[in-house]
This record gives sequence, C-alpha cells and structure tokens, in this order.
Amino acid sequence: MHPHPNQDVLLSTRKGLFRLRDGQLDLLGFLGVQVSNAVRDPRDGRIHAALDHGHFGCKLQYSDDDGATWVETDAPAYPQPTNGEVHVDPVRGEPVEWSTKLIWTIEPGHASRPGELWCGTIPGGMFRSTDRGETWSLVESLWDHPTRSQWFGGGFDDPGLHSISLHPSDPDTLAVGLSAGGVWVTRDGTRSWAPATGMNAPYTPPEEAGNPAMQDPHRIARCPAAPEVAWVQHHGGMYRSTDGCSSWTEITGVDPSTFGFAVAAHPTDPDTAWFVPAASDEVRVPVDGRVVVTRTRDGGATFEQLTDGLPQHNAWHLVYRHGLDVDASGEQLVLGSTSGGVWTSIDGGDHWTEVTNDLPPVLAVRFT
Amino acid sequence: MTQLVFAKAFRRHVTCPDAVIEQASTVGAAFAGYFELHPAVRSYVLDDAGRIRRHVTLFVDGEQVTHVDALTTPVTPTSTIHVFQALSGG
Repeated sequence: MHPHPNQDVLLSTRKGLFRLRDGQLDLLGFLGVQVSNAVRDPRDGRIHAALDHGHFGCKLQYSDDDGATWVETDAPAYPQPTNGEVHVDPVRGEPVEWSTKLIWTIEPGHASRPGELWCGTIPGGMFRSTDRGETWSLVESLWDHPTRSQWFGGGFDDPGLHSISLHPSDPDTLAVGLSAGGVWVTRDGTRSWAPATGMNAPYTPPEEAGNPAMQDPHRIARCPAAPEVAWVQHHGGMYRSTDGCSSWTEITGVDPSTFGFAVAAHPTDPDTAWFVPAASDEVRVPVDGRVVVTRTRDGGATFEQLTDGLPQHNAWHLVYRHGLDVDASGEQLVLGSTSGGVWTSIDGGDHWTEVTNDLPPVLAVRFT
Repeated sequence: MTQLVFAKAFRRHVTCPDAVIEQASTVGAAFAGYFELHPAVRSYVLDDAGRIRRHVTLFVDGEQVTHVDALTTPVTPTSTIHVFQALSGG
C-alpha cells in the first residue's frame, strides 16, 4: 500500500508555507512570515496564500505555477463607515475598527462560478472576489447585520469568520461560522442571512445561552455528497445538522472530550466525521497528553478513538480549527498541530504516519 | 444583596466562591465588597491599574456590560453579576 497521501497538502504555519508531497516536506515560500491559511483552487490550479506580516499588515499572494513564483494581489480591505456609526465590542466597549486584522480562511467558490472566491477575516467581515482573487469586496449584508454588535472575539480580541461552507448543488446557498457570532445561512446569494438555532453557549449566563449571535462555532464541516448534513465543533461541544446548517443538535457523551477546534466531514458518507478533542476550554491540550482523533460512522451516535500512529505519551499538541482535512476520497487525512507535528492517514484514520514534529506551529492544513 | 457568580475558569486558579454582597449600588462596589472577603480574587478580575482585565467578560442580569462602563454600572439588591473568562485570548 502506498504509505503516503497521493495528493499534495498545503501546510500553513506561523513561519511559512510548506507543501507535503509524497511524504516529502518542502518550503513553498514566505519563510519567517505567518501564513494564516492557503488553498489551491481546484478549478484553475491557482494557490492562494493569506499572510500576516504583523508589522506590515495582512496580504494575499497567489501562484499559478505550483508555488514557484508568487504575485501579491489586493488584500481584502474594509470600506470606511459612511454613516458615522460606531460599533463597540461588547466585551471591552472599544470601537471595532473597519480594518482587516487577519485573513482567516479562503474558500474557492462554486464550480459553476469560476472566478468566484470567498474569504473570511477578523474582525468578522466576509469578502467576495469575482476575478479569481485579484480584487475583493466586503459582503455588506453580513457586516451590516444588526446582530453584529453582539459578536465578540473568540481566540482573538475581535470576532472572526473562519468557515465558509458551500452547497455543492446551489451556488446561492452558503453557511458561515463566526467566533463568536454564530452560524449564518444565506439561500439567496448573500442578500439575506438567517441565524442557525439549537446551539448553546455555556460561557454566557443562562439567559443568553441560546442566543444564536453569541455562539462560538469553532469550525463548520459539510458533507459534499449530502449537503444538508454538516458538523460543528463548538466552544461548548459538538453538533450535527441535517437541514443544511439551519438547526443543530448537540452530540454528547463523547470520550475523551467534546471540546476541541477541528472537524472534518466525510465527502460522501453523511454519517462519518472526525473531530480532534482537547481537554477543555480552560485546558487546551489533549486529554492525558494523548493525541486522539475521534470518528463517528453512525451519524454521531457513537464515536471511536483513533490513536494508532499518534503520540500517546506526554504529547501536548493542540490542533487548531483549520488543522484537520480530509481528501475527496474520504480515506486520506492530514492533521497538523501547534507544536509543529504533522500526521497523515490513508485509511480514514485507522492508522496514522508521522510526517514531522519539527514545523513551526501549524495553523492550517489543506489537501490540494 | 447583589450576587456574584464566577465561571469555573476562575475557580481553577483561585478560590472564588459565589457570594452575596450587601448594599452595593454599582458593579464596582459589589466587587469591592467581594474583594474584602476574598482579596486574592482581585488580581484575577482587575489588572494592576484597576481596570477589568482584557479577557474577562461581565454580565449583569444576563446583559453583557462593557469594560468602559462596567465598574459604574448600577446594580440592584436582586442583581446577579456573572464573571466569565472571555473566549478571546485563547
């Protein structure tokens, strides 16, 4: 059996962009620069990389030659408010600046709209490109949503949009996830947004726990072949939806923990998904220092703990929300940690192979 | 008798039992009364300049109050102040 995934993986790290090809790691670019996410658009082969220079701001670059050369393009930029309205963040009461703090996710658009791409940013704005990522414009319908004044930071001081989940059979239907601002669904090409219901926020008083705009979904993963089925790893637990992300049912009683950040959905089997548990909100490391992936194959009724090939002793790796990916076959998985560990599986997670323990902190992994 | 309720994130690090504070008219007064009973908690809620710590979240009767207004926010004898660890900064 082929020991490594037969598909490239892009590894975005705190100190550069790397590529995993046939078990071999190569630096693809941006050494020393934080790469917050990267994706290869399957429609045209263009690789998009989101950079955070810190001193010099957030940038986007793309490559049309598999990473050999890069072109800097216009990064998503917020317009300035025209009505003088000032939103303050609900925690500190400080004005939320209309300014890109981080490009957190980039998502190639629907197959029927070849130039369309989406990206999600901190402080919570979603951007759309119609020209293959050359230029971007703010999706004002979401940014102007009246609940935005309730959104707050989860992981960062400002709210952030980290998940953009396309519907394979309807280009006008999207679900987005915000930490912390909830899950929102549009079925009319972003003209209007409906809040997802059913999630619970244990980090708020009981009166607010069910407020859709105060939910902290860490990641949304949808089953492409059965797009009404989706999974969320939430700050307060795990959830599944069977109505296209509109309502959610909590999954409980999963060992070793229901806390975590990452989730991946099987591409064809709506009953199968993978999660990467950490101990708890307060203790963001694996339970007992054992790196575990949990997998359900019965729609969330039961889970098994996958450990073969993953470190099981004093292994304090945390996996961020973009740190787990599954390929189009559903057999190949990749996992990257904040301690610089990367593991792959070619059998749906039954067995894992360590690729490296020596990368900078891994922020995102993505099959190409 | 304003009630102060601390999230479990605090209880990991410092002893901070929920408590009822008499005769507090503001959040700041309620905290002051609480810190007299449990002085070690002060530095977990306030920074060394006396401000609410950046990654602490406060609710009064279920309504989130911002740091800018927090300490002067009025409370009544039946109020409950919830003190949470903000999700930011994680």
